[in-house]
Amino acid sequence: MAGNEMDSLRQIFFQECEEQLAELESGLLEIEGGGEDPEIVNAVFRAVHSIKGGAGAFALDELVRFAHVFETVLDEVRKGRLDPAGAVVEVLLRSADVLADLVRVARDGGSVDAERIRTGTEELASLSGTPVATGDLAEEDSVEDLGFTPVAVAFPTFDDIAAELPTEPEPTVFEYTVTFKPHASLYASANEPAVLLRELGRLGEMTVSCDTSSVPALSEIDPEGSYLAWMIELKTTQSEDDVRAVFEFVDGDCDLTITANNGAAPPVEDADFEALLRSIREAPVDVAAAADEPAIAEAVIADVSVTAPEFPVAVPDFAAKPDSAKSESKPDKAEKGDKSASGEAAQQTIRVDLDRVDRLMNLVGELVINQAMLSQRLGEAGLARSAEFATGLDEFEQLTRDIQEGVMAIRAQPVKSVFQRMPRLVREVAAATHKKVRLVTEGEGTEVDKTVIERLADPLTHMIRNAIDHGLEKPEDRIAAGKREEGLVKLSASHRSGRIVIDIADDGAGINRPRVRAIAEEKGLIPANAQLTDDEVDNLIFLPGFSTASTISDISGRGVGMDVVKRSIQALGGRVSITSRPGHGSTFTLSLPLTLAVLYGMVVTVADQTLVVPLTSIIETLKPKPGDIHGFGGEARVIALRNNFIPLVDVGRELGYRNHSTDPGAGVALLVESDGGAQSALLVDGIQGQRQVVIKSLEANYGRVPGIAAATILGDGRVALIVDVDAVVAGSRNGGNPESVLALAG
Amino acid sequence: MSKTILTVDDSRTMREMLLLALEDAGYHVLQAEDGIKGLEVLQDKRADVIITDINMPRLDGFGFIEHVRRDTSHRAVPILVLTTESDAEKKSRARSAGATGWIVKPFHPVKLVDAIRRVSG
Repeated sequence: MAGNEMDSLRQIFFQECEEQLAELESGLLEIEGGGEDPEIVNAVFRAVHSIKGGAGAFALDELVRFAHVFETVLDEVRKGRLDPAGAVVEVLLRSADVLADLVRVARDGGSVDAERIRTGTEELASLSGTPVATGDLAEEDSVEDLGFTPVAVAFPTFDDIAAELPTEPEPTVFEYTVTFKPHASLYASANEPAVLLRELGRLGEMTVSCDTSSVPALSEIDPEGSYLAWMIELKTTQSEDDVRAVFEFVDGDCDLTITANNGAAPPVEDADFEALLRSIREAPVDVAAAADEPAIAEAVIADVSVTAPEFPVAVPDFAAKPDSAKSESKPDKAEKGDKSASGEAAQQTIRVDLDRVDRLMNLVGELVINQAMLSQRLGEAGLARSAEFATGLDEFEQLTRDIQEGVMAIRAQPVKSVFQRMPRLVREVAAATHKKVRLVTEGEGTEVDKTVIERLADPLTHMIRNAIDHGLEKPEDRIAAGKREEGLVKLSASHRSGRIVIDIADDGAGINRPRVRAIAEEKGLIPANAQLTDDEVDNLIFLPGFSTASTISDISGRGVGMDVVKRSIQALGGRVSITSRPGHGSTFTLSLPLTLAVLYGMVVTVADQTLVVPLTSIIETLKPKPGDIHGFGGEARVIALRNNFIPLVDVGRELGYRNHSTDPGAGVALLVESDGGAQSALLVDGIQGQRQVVIKSLEANYGRVPGIAAATILGDGRVALIVDVDAVVAGSRNGGNPESVLALAG
Repeated sequence: MSKTILTVDDSRTMREMLLLALEDAGYHVLQAEDGIKGLEVLQDKRADVIITDINMPRLDGFGFIEHVRRDTSHRAVPILVLTTESDAEKKSRARSAGATGWIVKPFHPVKLVDAIRRVSG
């Protein structure tokens, strides 16, 4: 097997492992929740079993050993001998975590704490009631493997070794007499005496005679009966065990005797044989692994050359198998094509390189833009009013939109893949904080773009940590408050008006507002006498530099605060908000776009340029009255809004389209929320409308431009820049207009 | 005309592994991911040898073998059971269901092809 084939197999294996681990965990959680469907237990068993099977092929011994112990316990559960209640399922869940770590280590390198594996193994062993000494296990398995083909001939390295073996001494030839009388059951299992005899003939020279004496008269013949017997004289260099191995599958389905005529059959119980067995046992069974590890292959070679003289059993003959399985010939192209057709017939999914999907996505983006341009041009030419054109255009637009949605759906994945990581996190955090926590998830099937999902994992992890560490009370406090001892964290996802909304809710104490206030004051984040609403106090936790943990706890205090969570959500075009009721808990709500390829934007005019402001950052738009605008030292101005003063940012000036400030009264202000929850008003000249735009990376096509997030192409073919609201607001705070984009905009 | 092997296994890794090993040895390969799919494939295709896993969802290896053996058009097809199960009970169950032979995982390509030859010539 070529190296790249092996690599792709490995990749498939690890992908499958992830799926199996997810299956395992969700199955165990269902069992923990009282699910009694035997199919769940079967699925859980199969998951571990599959991982073990694949791991064996890649010689991942540590993984195989642990999976084996785990599987043994699950088999007990499956057979109804072990009740997966309470403590048992907890052990199983912990074991699933260890297994997951072993898989990851096998994939990414590193090591799993040996102590953890040992404890895990012992815990499992105590469940199955069979003390498992981890060391014995692999050996036991490989002995079994070898029992199947008792002689070493089947191992890959021997192919190559044979040539290097000393040619002398001349192998001893043994003579055997074999009598073979099949039972009817041998035929019933589709075994075929002719095939077995031919197989026997491969071992050496043979003469066969058939005993037909038991064949009855034609009228008496039972078509499924067995009447023939054979006697074979065989001259071979192979041992009696090799001869017997030919009949391995039909053992019990026939009368078989094998007699060594010259009485000099090689002793198979020989100590050297044991040594050889041991050396092979330690070699990887996998051909590619062996090929990748010449060192091991050589070790086997060394062993063989030592034992060969006393052990003339199989080795020389093996080299002489010309048409042995290791044919180098690849099937021709036609055959390959044939196979994939039939292979696919049995599969419901195909895997596609992400690049291809993205390329398609990009092209569809172009198509959407083209369609918009065509509509606009036809409109301008007055053609759109004709009924035929109008219908055609409508259909074209509808089709384009359907294609766009279809392609986006390819990139969409259920949030399940992130949600699934959370139960383990909850267990770990709960254990570290000595709290009892139940995690409930809802809407795992909700789909969202793959990239959004990937970037969601970190913020979600952090928020769940926070919910348990800061949100939930200690068990004794909960009991004192008349709540259940076990805290509840609920993670749910749903689609709401073209966005995905994810709620992280806990039934803890809620935000401790006086404390949050005190900390914010102490850290100078707010003035001492600031008048804040409850909502505003709650939102203080999103400010950079805010951390409520009085001691930096191991769990949440990893130098990452809610401000980072908020920023990473905003980077995805999302928003995060919090609602909290003292004594009843808090809910964090994330709202994210379903895709990163299109954006809903407000198309605005600034100094004769057309810009797009992402709708997600806009809270409201307003027409400032001259009386609301106040100077604020230098050129800075603020706008008075509902008893608040909000900094006014002149977008045209900020982006360098003009050097003087424009008259606020003539423009429109967009109230936006930027980094850290601060509000600002972006002053633009006018609003053209709202629309969905296809995002084109400016960095990929031009370069990074301060204050600009990306670009898009409008229906009339013009390029419009998409404003990076955070950057523009931040730029204005730092004195504004540091770098101009005039050159680009021209 | 190369022989056609039907592989029935719920593990994608194992299916791919079998595919590579068998194609390397010049066989033509059909695939199915569980017993039900396996029976579906056999409805309009024929196989010279069937290799099946035991632990599978929906219809496991034992059930699959029993179905194949009841079907007059496939009852004489050799079936190899591919399994990590090392206990004798599994083997004898497979055999009484009608399995022709078995291959213990992890298998070596050479062993795999040996086993196929041993049941199909």
